[in-house]
Amino acid sequence: MTKPKVATTSLAGCFGCHMSLLDIDDRILKLVELVDFDKSPVDDIKTFTGRCAVGLVEGGCANEENVHVLQDFRNHCDILISMGDCATMGGIPAMRNTIPLQECLDVAYKTGVTVYNPDNVVPNDPDIPLLLDRVYPCHEVVKIDYHLPGCPPSADTLWEALVALLTDKPMELPYELIKYD
Amino acid sequence: MNTSLEQEVKSICASCDNDRTRMMDIVRAVQETLGYVPGHAMDLIASELGTHRVEVESVVSFYAFLSSRPQGKTVIRLCDDIIDRMAGIEHIAEVFKEELGIDVGETTDDGALSLEFTPCIGMCDQAPAALINDVPVTALSSDRAREIVQGLKNGEMPKKLVHRLGDGNNADPLVHSMVQNNIRKRGDVIFSDHTSHDGLKKALGMSPAEVIREIKAARLRGRGGAGFPTGMKWDFTRGAEGEHKVVICNADEGEPGTFKDRAVLTERADLLFEGMALAGYAVGADTGILYLRAEYAYLRQYLENVLKERRDKGLLGKNVCGKEGFDFDIRIQMGAGAYICGEETALISSCEGLRGDPKNRPPFPAQKGYLGRPTTVNNVETFCCAVRIIENGAAWFANLGTHGSPGTKLLSVSGDCEGPGIYEVPFGITVHELLKEVGAENCQAVQIGGPSGQLVGPEAFDRKIEYDDLATGGSVMVFNNDRKVLEIVDYFMDFFIEESCGYCTPCRVGNVLLKERLAQIMNGKGTPEDLPYLERLGNTVKTASRCGLGQTSPNPILSSLQNFRSVYDELVKPASDGMQPSFDIAAALKTSEEIAERKSTVFTTA
Repeated sequence: MTKPKVATTSLAGCFGCHMSLLDIDDRILKLVELVDFDKSPVDDIKTFTGRCAVGLVEGGCANEENVHVLQDFRNHCDILISMGDCATMGGIPAMRNTIPLQECLDVAYKTGVTVYNPDNVVPNDPDIPLLLDRVYPCHEVVKIDYHLPGCPPSADTLWEALVALLTDKPMELPYELIKYD
Repeated sequence: MNTSLEQEVKSICASCDNDRTRMMDIVRAVQETLGYVPGHAMDLIASELGTHRVEVESVVSFYAFLSSRPQGKTVIRLCDDIIDRMAGIEHIAEVFKEELGIDVGETTDDGALSLEFTPCIGMCDQAPAALINDVPVTALSSDRAREIVQGLKNGEMPKKLVHRLGDGNNADPLVHSMVQNNIRKRGDVIFSDHTSHDGLKKALGMSPAEVIREIKAARLRGRGGAGFPTGMKWDFTRGAEGEHKVVICNADEGEPGTFKDRAVLTERADLLFEGMALAGYAVGADTGILYLRAEYAYLRQYLENVLKERRDKGLLGKNVCGKEGFDFDIRIQMGAGAYICGEETALISSCEGLRGDPKNRPPFPAQKGYLGRPTTVNNVETFCCAVRIIENGAAWFANLGTHGSPGTKLLSVSGDCEGPGIYEVPFGITVHELLKEVGAENCQAVQIGGPSGQLVGPEAFDRKIEYDDLATGGSVMVFNNDRKVLEIVDYFMDFFIEESCGYCTPCRVGNVLLKERLAQIMNGKGTPEDLPYLERLGNTVKTASRCGLGQTSPNPILSSLQNFRSVYDELVKPASDGMQPSFDIAAALKTSEEIAERKSTVFTTA
């Protein structure tokens, strides 16, 4: 029997959730027994090689590329999981949501107190993805099957959730694993 | 602030004994004098009352009828509830905007006139209506709106705009209002003309415990809608430890579509005050407060006069009716435009000179209410019922209506019916019977109990109006077949978002999320999964909010999902590709494309 495949990605996130995933330590050996990794920063596969059982998405959508990747994930994954607060709610990047886009760019590249930009140029290369008007949590862009809260969700949380899904057992997330205060 | 204004503010504070708990009266008086409550007046009030500016500011910013920014000398408040919208208030608003040359929310350049929208002012039976300062103008037409603006521009006092007086006491010089009572059906309890006027005297001949026993035997339940047994509430208050107990009458009927207290206050003020004194005797209180909603300020002078007459006759004050040791008097506390203050603990906060925030329970008001004293808060109608029960006996009352809901109920019926107005009917009347009575047999939906109640359709028209089936504080709104159910629901959600005090996150945020998802469905961007989402979130808001507002605010959505499911089902479409139909990439990229002056190469954005 071929192993189910897992894909992961970080959109507008900080890779903290991926770090947390690596925090499962030696359990990663068990994980590779359970699954193969497809498109993921873990193995540096850039494009999907086929259909995946589970997709883990870190970060929300801040630009058009994020949306593109997320839609690609939806098209390739049976189960899509929002991993962490940015994917679930927008998180820190969404703090810009109450500020008009132009103002954000001005502060970031021109008027901010720590900005050094003698030419006063706002980067605008055609290769740079266009920003969205605001940061969207993943479920506002595509259908998301599960949300794992946390900044980041702990390694144990991710482990329990993944293993339960892959072995078709009920997910047991005790209070300690989803309590964040 | 110049010295004379300073003097004025100081004397207003002094007239309330520089008492911080009278904040509502003080800021209302300052607003009346200066037209608004400017920052330096707040500073001055704070120092006079020995408190902090934030205490004053939190009150001024909370209530819709108070303002920290200059307003027009005359403020026109157009009633923007669903019934008034159906009656064309939006068209009337256009006329006002055009005649005044300002938008809603603005003030004319000369500072004379402001134009605003306000939630239900209790005139749904004579919509479209507006308040001009304190003066209600009803059954507005475009011509009438033009006439009003002309009159105001010529410097006429709002009161002078009333040419034709309403019926009954509306024509009393102290009321001088064009409001019509529209009492279309008189029952045996409230609007009956057969009365011996001796309920209070009879009660004073009994012991307080006997009075409460009689109320309990009549099985009287609170008329505000929740239906708590009145006798039990009085018993708790009587048994609670504490001096100077308080009886508060909740005359803050803000539930859209409710206007029955308006008629009781106009036509049965004596009966109400008699009931409050009777309750005072039963629970052992010496203080009575009538909390009158700001929208009914036009009744205040009249009510003050009724109180004065009762004092003169010895029916209030020291040794009421000659009963040695029973001292009881009533003051009127004006509200300032806040729906939430109809909730009893928020109402108590407001009486104490605070923002109208609900309080935690326990302690219940019966234990620690107004200023920490044992307090009973009852509806206007409840007090009136109590008098009749003592007059005619518990058995007489208990035989009216149904077993679980004895007596009659005042219903204020509005919307698409032939006879909008007030109907006093025995509890247990079916929706169908009521609709027949009001001339609306062919309708699509009826909202029973206001936005916080239930929206029911024809298949539920044989249900009964009583506490154990369709409970209502009095509001009945009728919608004909041309009305769009979801538009009604959407409007009600707007109302709750606006009126939430903001304390509980589930209510402050949850209602916004509910409304957003509803809007997606209405725009044809909804999926079938959105419906269970609405139910889940609605139930969370209900469970996790601490006061009645949050506990009922999802009702428009939940009850329409239950009773008008097909309307939702027709609008939602499954998204088979897993994409959210509500996400619009072109709209999300529009600003960015404008700023970058290039088109997206990833998506086609037209």
